[in-house]
Amino acid sequence: MNKRLILKYIGYMLVIEGIFMLPSVGIALYRKESASFFAFLLTIAVLEGVGFLFVSLNRKKDGNFYAKEGFCTVALSWIIMSLFGALPLYISGAIPSYVDCFFEIVSGFTTTGATILSDIEALPRSLLYWRSFTHWLGGMGVLVFILAIVPLSSENGNSLHILRAESPGPVVGKLVSRMKTTARILYAIYIMLTVIEIVLLLLGGIPLFDAVTISYGTVGTGGFAITNNGIASYDSYYLQGVITVFMILCGVNFNIFYLLLMREFKLAFKNLELRVYLGVILASTLLITWNTFGMYDSLRSAFHHSIFQVVSIITTTGFATVDFNLWPEFSKMILFILMFIGASAGSTGGGIKVSRCIIMYKSIKNEIKKLIHPRSVKLIRMDGKILSDDTMHSVSIYFGTYFAIFALSILVVSLDGFSFMTTVSSVAACLNNIGPGFDVVGPLGNFGSLSVLSKLVLSADMLIGRLEIFPMLLLFSPSLWIRSK
Amino acid sequence: MKIVIVGDGKLGFTLAKLLSGEKHDITLIDNNSDVLEKSQEALDVMTVSGNGASLEIQEEADVKSAELLIAVTASDEVNLLCCALAKKLGCHHTIARVRNAEYTKQLQFMREDFGLSMIVNPELAASRTIFRIIQFPSFLKIDSFSKGRVELVELKVDDDSPLIGKRLDKLFHELKLKILVCAVERGEEIFIPNGDFELKAGDKINVTAPRSNLARMIKQLGISKQKIRNVMTIGGGKIAEYLAEELISSGVNVKIVENNHERCVELASRLPEALIINDDGSSRDVLLAEGIEETDAVITLTNLDEQNLVISMYANHVGVPKTITKLNRTEYNILFSDIGIGSTICPKDIVANDVIRYVRSMEHGSGGSILTLHKIVDDKAEAIEFYADEGTRYLSVPLKDIPLKKNLLIASINHNGNIIIPSGADYISRGDTVILVTTGREPIKELNDIFADE
Repeated sequence: MNKRLILKYIGYMLVIEGIFMLPSVGIALYRKESASFFAFLLTIAVLEGVGFLFVSLNRKKDGNFYAKEGFCTVALSWIIMSLFGALPLYISGAIPSYVDCFFEIVSGFTTTGATILSDIEALPRSLLYWRSFTHWLGGMGVLVFILAIVPLSSENGNSLHILRAESPGPVVGKLVSRMKTTARILYAIYIMLTVIEIVLLLLGGIPLFDAVTISYGTVGTGGFAITNNGIASYDSYYLQGVITVFMILCGVNFNIFYLLLMREFKLAFKNLELRVYLGVILASTLLITWNTFGMYDSLRSAFHHSIFQVVSIITTTGFATVDFNLWPEFSKMILFILMFIGASAGSTGGGIKVSRCIIMYKSIKNEIKKLIHPRSVKLIRMDGKILSDDTMHSVSIYFGTYFAIFALSILVVSLDGFSFMTTVSSVAACLNNIGPGFDVVGPLGNFGSLSVLSKLVLSADMLIGRLEIFPMLLLFSPSLWIRSK
Repeated sequence: MKIVIVGDGKLGFTLAKLLSGEKHDITLIDNNSDVLEKSQEALDVMTVSGNGASLEIQEEADVKSAELLIAVTASDEVNLLCCALAKKLGCHHTIARVRNAEYTKQLQFMREDFGLSMIVNPELAASRTIFRIIQFPSFLKIDSFSKGRVELVELKVDDDSPLIGKRLDKLFHELKLKILVCAVERGEEIFIPNGDFELKAGDKINVTAPRSNLARMIKQLGISKQKIRNVMTIGGGKIAEYLAEELISSGVNVKIVENNHERCVELASRLPEALIINDDGSSRDVLLAEGIEETDAVITLTNLDEQNLVISMYANHVGVPKTITKLNRTEYNILFSDIGIGSTICPKDIVANDVIRYVRSMEHGSGGSILTLHKIVDDKAEAIEFYADEGTRYLSVPLKDIPLKKNLLIASINHNGNIIIPSGADYISRGDTVILVTTGREPIKELNDIFADE
């Protein structure tokens, strides 16, 4: 394994993370938050120091870079990025326990949005900004950002492995032939969406700081709010409507936006995953509206809160306008199921992904047909393309591994002795990068009361969920580290 | 520039690699998705799986916005169809590989209809290269510029060579020869030498010289080999057929050893003057029985690299003066420089160079277009010939006053048919052709790219 090249990439990542902390320094200076100001300065110094050290020590190292190096780089980067990203919270003393800081920042980078804080508003502005900004960074991926700007030796396809490891979905491909251009297009779309949302929210009359942080939380499908009441604090159909629309948009595969930009409207709207994704949102919303109709004074209000909640959960954002803990059991179960389905492949959302569910459904259908006609030959297609056996196989394995990790995590978290729904939903909310679950960890609750062990397991779950399991598991495979095995 | 390559075989992959290295946006089309997956992992390219000659796939690969389509599938007919379709879609430049000699002739006639910009034929190109080497067997490699007026030859400095220990700036004085050493390969290192560079035994040197001086150079250096009168080729494929035609017409005796009986009959009908042997050319008994020891040159052209190498080594061992080995894969070339197999040629690389030259000349601005391009010393350096037009800068400025890029050397200037091996006082005039050698990473697309300023 080419460990030095991996270190070089991690070095770049650290340098860039340091640069991204600069706005927080500015905010701390402006708001005269001296503790967090020094915390950020110190962290930046450490990041730049270590980063430049890694890069310069391995300046001349290029050489071979294969799939395992790609996966390894991504997995290590995300862990190290979170370890350093938690430092400002810890050094400034805003959150006393480092494990809590780590949980909070992992939750940020993985766009989960689960918090251990009970009083969010008490946090200094500069830290609030950093916390929300991690959503934005983690949504599209820091390494994809590196691919877009750092001149790496891109003669070979080594960058493809990084894109595959960091971008969600069963099949990840490039938009155009150059990886650098692909990464730039993705980020351009991403920045465009962010800016439009900020402007629309500003038009709704909320302060700039709120508009920016909420937009980070929405387009990254993260879910950190800067008020204790979450999105319920912005009690206006317009503001919540804008957020709903942008959540829906960011749960869509970014390739679709590229197709739209290329004016391939027909191809974009024929996309099966998009149709199923929108269909599931619509059906769930209607069912929940019907189910919760009695709780709200008007149909419009019921529909509004239903669609907001459905979208927030399926895109794995995790914003809340109401305490859905109080909803009837049927509605809660719909939300619980949506947690697992997740957003589309190639979006910023988490979960299992709509396309994997479609593929799974098709292969189940196929299997049943095979039982009836044992000698039948049937290929599975998606959007007119035949799916290879490898893809089918990896999707099945993904489901199996996913639920194995889910079960193990529940077992560990259950040691804390919370209710059944708290235990199960806390793992589901973290593994799927959603944020709030039910009961204790519901939209008005937080993860603060969990034990240190549970917080570490849930942090691991968030990373596993964001990177889609295998890059993380790969790190623990001895054959990766032992020479020539 | 956007380039679509149809056919992800040996040549297609090589082209994708080279062109993507020159910062072009490559889309590869092939109907084998496993091959594409491998290419995508190895190169920064897009891939489309399907039949490249179908409209649907060409549209998916966005051929209409591409500037060049290169069709190098296994089938000539598919390649032609690809190009015709691409032209119809609005792709201005197309290159097709056409191997069948019968088509090659009629294509000159139908070129317009198919919309072809260029036709490449690896086997024909390879046979021409081999033919040139046979004409000057003292050299390992020989490439021509200025329509054959200037040659770039590769030779090994033997243990008893008069070149050993000589400073390059003294060479002219001592040998009274108009030659220039423009690249030296020593072990794994490549040098573009200065005047104070000294040659050592075992170096492989690349020398440019006017063709008229080659014979004298061979004599002065004491490396002359007898003229080749008998040639044996092992393997009777297309290269052997093209080569035999040329050799026979220049009065050389040709013996072709081919295992397949039907192919032998075919060869016999097309090449009545050649001696066709229907036997296994990899068998030592057959080679000895056919008199390999008395042959002047053995050329191994079978489809198996390993077999070619072993036969060439054996031919060397029994004292054949000249062996030429065809290799399909050049990645292990480093191993072959020491085992004495003489010259090697790789058909796909020869064609790839032609295509790259075409691509670079497509995008050159005004400032001197590419005429010829050869990759030398294991593809680690390029020798390129340019035409100096009115857009070229530094015309008529003495070379010693021109800021040239690093790792670059002007090897010769052809001024109205007069070949100048340049010194600091010489200069480039409008209408000259200039040959330069470079190991730089940046591709040189026009003559103005060689200047270090801007």
